Amino acid sequence: MRVVEKRQLLSAQEIDRTLQRVAHEIVEKSAGAKDLALIGIRRRGVPLAQRLAKSIRAFTQIDVPVGTLDITLYRDDLSTVGAQPVVQSTDIDFAVDNQDLVVVDDVLYTGRTIRAAMNGLFDLGRPKRIRLCVLIDRGHRELPVEATFIGNTIQTSDTEIVEVRLQEIDNEERVMLVDRVP
Amino acid sequence: MLQPLRHLLGTEELTREQITFFLDQSKPFQEFQRHPLKKLATLRGKTVALAFFENSTRTRISFATAAARLGADTMNLQAESSSLKKGESLLDTVHTLEAMRPDGIVIRHSSSGAPEFVARRLGIPVLNAGDGTHEHPTQALLDALTIRDHKGTLEGLNLTILGDILHSRVARSNIHLLGKFGVRITLCGPSMWVPRELECLAPNIRRSRRIEDALEGADVVMVLRVQTERLHEPALAADEYIRNFQLTAERLKIARPAALVMHPGPIVRGLEIESAVADGPQSTVLEQVTNGLAVRMALLYHLIGGAPAGTPHPAEG
Repeated sequence: MRVVEKRQLLSAQEIDRTLQRVAHEIVEKSAGAKDLALIGIRRRGVPLAQRLAKSIRAFTQIDVPVGTLDITLYRDDLSTVGAQPVVQSTDIDFAVDNQDLVVVDDVLYTGRTIRAAMNGLFDLGRPKRIRLCVLIDRGHRELPVEATFIGNTIQTSDTEIVEVRLQEIDNEERVMLVDRVP
Repeated sequence: MLQPLRHLLGTEELTREQITFFLDQSKPFQEFQRHPLKKLATLRGKTVALAFFENSTRTRISFATAAARLGADTMNLQAESSSLKKGESLLDTVHTLEAMRPDGIVIRHSSSGAPEFVARRLGIPVLNAGDGTHEHPTQALLDALTIRDHKGTLEGLNLTILGDILHSRVARSNIHLLGKFGVRITLCGPSMWVPRELECLAPNIRRSRRIEDALEGADVVMVLRVQTERLHEPALAADEYIRNFQLTAERLKIARPAALVMHPGPIVRGLEIESAVADGPQSTVLEQVTNGLAVRMALLYHLIGGAPAGTPHPAEG
């Protein structure tokens, strides 16, 4: 099995523009951003959530708290994998009770990560509301999960992989569509 | 590349990389202890056998709580339970437990080497919860985690261990573990409990006859429990031990100002340690207990989680 790059889905500039637009949408649909907090899912949801908070601050002067969630312990496939995945820290230094949470991730695919994230958040308290924001929705859901805020929707086949590469983690900035070929 | 770890039998056979891996993996579980809801479903459907052939309260409760918080079930075998009194052999007992299909077994036994003996004969991961005077690896890992949290690193620290080193599996596991990180270790206690042979356990070990010399420059002071059953006249009287080896507030001043005072528990106040020191600002006694949960959760997650035996195992990646 080899992985080949098929095409670029978003450039650095397009990622930035998309996040600006989504940041506005979040504020518009959050009644003045009162009690609003962003939760970035490790790994690439984290820089995305931080960037969204930064742009919300730029145009509203509101400081939206940002937390980091690691979903490893909540995965539903742990009993089928051999080596247990490494657990990372969850870093949410505010109470989630009665907060208006927006969970941020890079790609929405099967929906299983989001199910795990919601379980993780409920272990920390009882949020008032949880919504989901993703940079890319690529379809192929296996659970009834939909995002409230979507950067881009794209059609993919299930052998394809959407790779979001972010400066903070990957030292480059773009979204690629790659394919696994036998 | 991290070496796979199937069993946890002792710290002697762990590599620095494996130790660092498990200390790092304990961090998210330390944070988990502060969650309002302390219940995961991560190991749901897994069963951990707790086979305590020797009495234990704190270690058994810690393992049982760690398993429960990960969502695993436990089956309990306690020293006072009947089958052991009826003369069943160790091997028959663990085969009986194995027949109930646990996914891992935690063993405490008064014979050194019992966990290894069992590990060779069972097809499931074995975790040593203390064997004779050999090792108590989870205690050493939780101690190392506590030290690292306070000092930032293990590298190059000065550690002083006080008490009955010879009979202490806690001391042995700590010496093996910390010795791998270049910790300079000073052993101090009555001479019959600190024989010269102990210097071979790790590089950089020295023995000291006077507690005042042993405490000089210490970053960490580890006080062991004096097993009162080992104190008897005329070999050694309690008042003599107190006079020569008790860690008092006055003596602690000889150590470095921010030196940690550690004790694996249970504490005998007024014997090996003065109450004021056990409760003092430098004491990490209760923090060690909390860290024990985190370390044991990390170990259970990696050793017992995942696909059943036969598939490549934890901490290999």
